[in-house]
Amino acid sequence: MKEEIVIIDYGAGNVKSLEFAFNRLGKEVVVTNNPAIIKNAEKVIFPGVGHAGSAMQKLKEASLQTLIPNLKQPVLGICLGMQLLCSKTAEDDVKGLGVFDVEVKRFTPEVKVPQMGWNTVSNLKSPLFKKIEENSYMYLVHSYYAPICKQTIASSEYGGVYSTALQNENFYGVQFHPEKSGKVGAQLVQNFIDL
Amino acid sequence: MLTKRIIPCLDVKNGRTVKGVNFVNLRDAGDPVELAKRYSEEGADELVFLDISATEERRKTLADLVLKVAEAIDIPFTVGGGISSVDDVSILLQNGADKVAINSAAVKDPNLITELSTAFGSQCIVIAIDSKQIEGDWKVHLVGGKVPTELDLFHWAKEVERRGAGEILFTSMDHDGTKNGFANKALSILSELVNIPIIASGGAGTISHFTNTFKEGKADAALAASVFHFLEIKISTLKQTLSEQGIPVRI
Repeated sequence: MKEEIVIIDYGAGNVKSLEFAFNRLGKEVVVTNNPAIIKNAEKVIFPGVGHAGSAMQKLKEASLQTLIPNLKQPVLGICLGMQLLCSKTAEDDVKGLGVFDVEVKRFTPEVKVPQMGWNTVSNLKSPLFKKIEENSYMYLVHSYYAPICKQTIASSEYGGVYSTALQNENFYGVQFHPEKSGKVGAQLVQNFIDL
Repeated sequence: MLTKRIIPCLDVKNGRTVKGVNFVNLRDAGDPVELAKRYSEEGADELVFLDISATEERRKTLADLVLKVAEAIDIPFTVGGGISSVDDVSILLQNGADKVAINSAAVKDPNLITELSTAFGSQCIVIAIDSKQIEGDWKVHLVGGKVPTELDLFHWAKEVERRGAGEILFTSMDHDGTKNGFANKALSILSELVNIPIIASGGAGTISHFTNTFKEGKADAALAASVFHFLEIKISTLKQTLSEQGIPVRI
């Protein structure tokens, strides 16, 4: 049976909050690390919090590192999930899954690290941001960031402008936590459901 | 632009919200899940739940509460109170808490901070520091401010940062419950000293106290309890006023 929305649970994410975010919109989700279920899902959420090194390790232990970048359905990477979809990250010097052609860097000490709190998102460019106004607030907590690149679909400013969302074909990535970003975040989750 | 955060704090005991004046006389201010929803709708940026239960079942009660809160609200929240191990943290994060606040357990075993930040990432480890001045020196206190230690506030702040804390929640016991304003001098020193966010706590009484703690105290966030619980300050009015005074807030 084809499952509608699957959240990849590889032991490195606050999956409960994500699950609740979909439930609040009346959507049931399947939380799994089963490659067959993920492959057949209509849409896939790739979450992640913690360290890039250990998260990538867990991804490999679950044999998901080759499956994920080859998925054909809409995929949404969130926070560390987005960063792991990039080509490389400075955190633990980890090679990423290479979906987004950008290298993740660490914030410099001119700003407090981690960035923690609500920041505006601007230059919104994708159906993912339908009905979301320019300069809406999203909740972020991160020490590393993806610089601006060709795949940037939204930017934020923290010691410089960076990619707060990325897209490459069916792959979407957001640095912020839509599941923790109030009504605006819920709209983004709804937009992903509607893709 | 990153905004300054307003954080209502809910002290919970056996699943109910309470607030102590100087941590002693407790008053009941309602159901934590209902309060959490109300604050989230009024524009709170984040919530903190501090569990002050002392029962055997406290861990399970708290984990259950976290699950209910995560289900009900769509803003981040931190949980603290008696958390002392990797296992404690693991269950709270699994149930949907975004961050945990560690206080006494970190003082007793500073290595716990290193262990936790390694296991879960700095972003979810908040170190709560209760401190008051003894003969002019800020000393860290334990057990809700009752037990003094020899530890200097600023040395301890430096150490928790070095060990991987993602944020510091600094409560001035000299100011807590007084409604006379936050400990802005100590806060501004802290904010210059470490490069992680600082939450100001203790002393909120009026809107101008919040303005001052962001301007003079250089705080990244401000936490308060009773002024919000008893509707002495409305969060929407507070944020509107802060915005008019040039402080970036989410409205």
